[in-house]
Amino acid sequence: MSKQIKVALIGNPNTGKTSVFNQLTGLKQKVGNYPGITVEKKEGVCKLPRGVKAHILDLPGTYSLNTTSLDESVVVELLLNKNDKDFPDVAVVISDVENLKRNLLLFTQIKDLKIPVILVINMADRMSRTGISLDIELLEEKLDTKIALVSTRKGTGIDRIKELIADYKNLSIAPNVDTTVIAPEYFEKLKATFPKEDLYKLWLVITQDVNFMPIEKNPINITASFATKSKSELKRLQQKETILRYQFINGILKQAYKVDINAAKGLRATLDKVLTHKIFGYLIFFVILLTIFQAIYDWSSYPMDFIDESFASASEWVKDTLPPGVFTNLIAEGILAGIGGIVIFIPQIAFLFLFIALLEESGYMSRVVFLMDKLMRPFGLSGKSVVPLISGTACAIPAIMATRTIENWKERLITILVTPFTTCSARLPVYLIIIALVIPEGRFLGLSYQALTLMLLYLMGFGAAILSAMILNKIMKIKSKTFFVMEMPNYKLPLVKNVVYTVWEKTKSFVLGAGKIILAISIILWFLGSNGFSDDFENAEAIVTENIKNEGFSDFNKSNIQSTMASYKLALQDSLNSEVYALDQAAINDSLRIKEMALNEKAINQEIASYKLENSYMGYMGKAIEPVVRPLGYDWKIGIAVLTSFAAREVFVGTLATIYSVGSDEEDTIKNRMAAEMDPKTKKPLFNLASGISLLLFYAFAMQCMSTLAIVKRETNTWKWPTAQLVFMSLFAYIVALIAYQILK
Amino acid sequence: MITTVAHLRRGQKGIIKEFADGILPIKLLELGCLPGNEIELVQVAPLKDPIYINVNGTHIAIRRSMAALIELEIIEDSPL
Repeated sequence: MSKQIKVALIGNPNTGKTSVFNQLTGLKQKVGNYPGITVEKKEGVCKLPRGVKAHILDLPGTYSLNTTSLDESVVVELLLNKNDKDFPDVAVVISDVENLKRNLLLFTQIKDLKIPVILVINMADRMSRTGISLDIELLEEKLDTKIALVSTRKGTGIDRIKELIADYKNLSIAPNVDTTVIAPEYFEKLKATFPKEDLYKLWLVITQDVNFMPIEKNPINITASFATKSKSELKRLQQKETILRYQFINGILKQAYKVDINAAKGLRATLDKVLTHKIFGYLIFFVILLTIFQAIYDWSSYPMDFIDESFASASEWVKDTLPPGVFTNLIAEGILAGIGGIVIFIPQIAFLFLFIALLEESGYMSRVVFLMDKLMRPFGLSGKSVVPLISGTACAIPAIMATRTIENWKERLITILVTPFTTCSARLPVYLIIIALVIPEGRFLGLSYQALTLMLLYLMGFGAAILSAMILNKIMKIKSKTFFVMEMPNYKLPLVKNVVYTVWEKTKSFVLGAGKIILAISIILWFLGSNGFSDDFENAEAIVTENIKNEGFSDFNKSNIQSTMASYKLALQDSLNSEVYALDQAAINDSLRIKEMALNEKAINQEIASYKLENSYMGYMGKAIEPVVRPLGYDWKIGIAVLTSFAAREVFVGTLATIYSVGSDEEDTIKNRMAAEMDPKTKKPLFNLASGISLLLFYAFAMQCMSTLAIVKRETNTWKWPTAQLVFMSLFAYIVALIAYQILK
Repeated sequence: MITTVAHLRRGQKGIIKEFADGILPIKLLELGCLPGNEIELVQVAPLKDPIYINVNGTHIAIRRSMAALIELEIIEDSPL
């Protein structure tokens, strides 16, 4: 049997739908987008009893089939469109035992579509603690369905779901509720006009855009113009339908569902009292944020150092092992440097998503929204904007996608526009390396200056976001009705499996998505840096050798050689007195001569390399933009790195690594190489406090991410907003960096 | 004087009265804000808004402005 049973998972948010999906499919899942819109589409395959397989589609969470958001309309459009390739053979409605009544509203609606439907009652492990008892048989009879009582936490009941799916042909497709009683005359007329159509489906089609107008046009080709009633009348009928369904559900649950009130409450109330407290609430939130920053900064530095060193030695190994030539250089300096530049982010991204997943899974994120809503409103944002803004600390792309939960279009648009100001993980490597170079070590109240600087940069990102939100709120004339209804889910211990999947999924999408761009740019940069068109480039060696013969080494190399020789001499003098390695004066002189020759040769090679780079394609490009970046304190090499960062910010470090290591034998880590870079005019380190701060500020504010611009275009359906973002943010960044450098230098 | 959800004190409960059709978003009804159901004010955000209610076993946060649209009859004064 090659045909797979098509299954759609449907359910309210916070019912553990994703956990059920993870348990059914394991790692055999695929995450993508619905065509044209950014609603996440999760699919997977599940093995059923008797060798049958099922294709599982995890639909976005929804409270009902009355659409009020893009997510919800995806569900409705699929369920109404029999010709959709994903139209389910069987629907599995996931409910949560504590909120069964509300969850059943959606169940009855789906049942009435005459699709075979299985009811999963999840979180069965909480029943005893919350004092709930259920009569499953009675429920099955009254709801005319099959029920699986499941605990995804304990992993029980999953086999029952699989069995029920395999047996889906035996499910009843009779409707639960007769909707036509809410307006008999209206439905009579409908029936007369469309005798072949199912009345409930027609009703859903007609009412679909009452509350929400999807960006995509409705693919269902039944004339929706049969809205003989006004919108407000239709809304009233929707309310009647809701009440009717609740009457039906209440009647059943009265017999089949018992709660012992005394067993309930407890932990939830206590936690709520503390976590949403007017002082402790904010304090706890602040401490959590601080922990996240320290984790990204401190804990992730160990795996990152390891990755850094591994790639440096791998690159060296390639150069030593393979025969010298263009191909070896491509691998060592283009490809390996590029891959290293991607892999090095993994610890930080993983840490950040670990925290975000924990906050979301535990139910804490909703409390943050609750705490922040009033604070955000004066800026034209909603409490729901907090989640995108915080997710923006990982990456603006998922964050902008997360704005879908904001119903109000104006609040949503403002959130989309200002989110790229928040410090995303791609800025982090730039920040980390610059901070390490220019901010002194030392501690203040136990926190390092460097960590404090990082924290300040994050706060500045948020500040810029909030401030521009306020301005946008003032100047944008969009009328949009505000309504804010948010479920406060019960606290849960996060499921390890779910957290791991989230971290895995996000890291994977970063490596495969952004990674490709980074690698490609690394290789292009390597090519541009190691090829040139002028005679100067071709004859670099001769020219440099000639120059050194006439004028000697550059000052940096001269002093470098002198100091190295001095310390080497001292070390040798010591061994003169040592008894183990007693050397005579002649041997020492020999050794000194050899050392000096080696140093000279190294210096020559370095000067040739830098001369070549200066005359390569890249050198010309960099010099062309130098007048623009000079006032910010950058030389042409940093200029190139800033330019390439417009593809993706994290390229900055990789670019500098490539620029500095091209043609050079040295395998110093990138940081040491940057620290050694001198300004040819002032003879001081190029990365000093003034230029460092200027760079930090530029990266804090500039819109340097093509992928973000693309996602903004997709979410707003116009190039207008991404263009505005690019121009405004980059100009702002330039001005701020300019002012900072001119003051500090 | 009309009492609404916005008038509740923390821990106080009320029964939702009939309300004019169409004034509340459908989503609120779906979450259980229906006439005859019990509402408890669980928590008020630090800046007095939004408020956090328990209606019919569902915990939701709504803004004060919307809460003022839900009329109710107060049933008891909680000891808190």
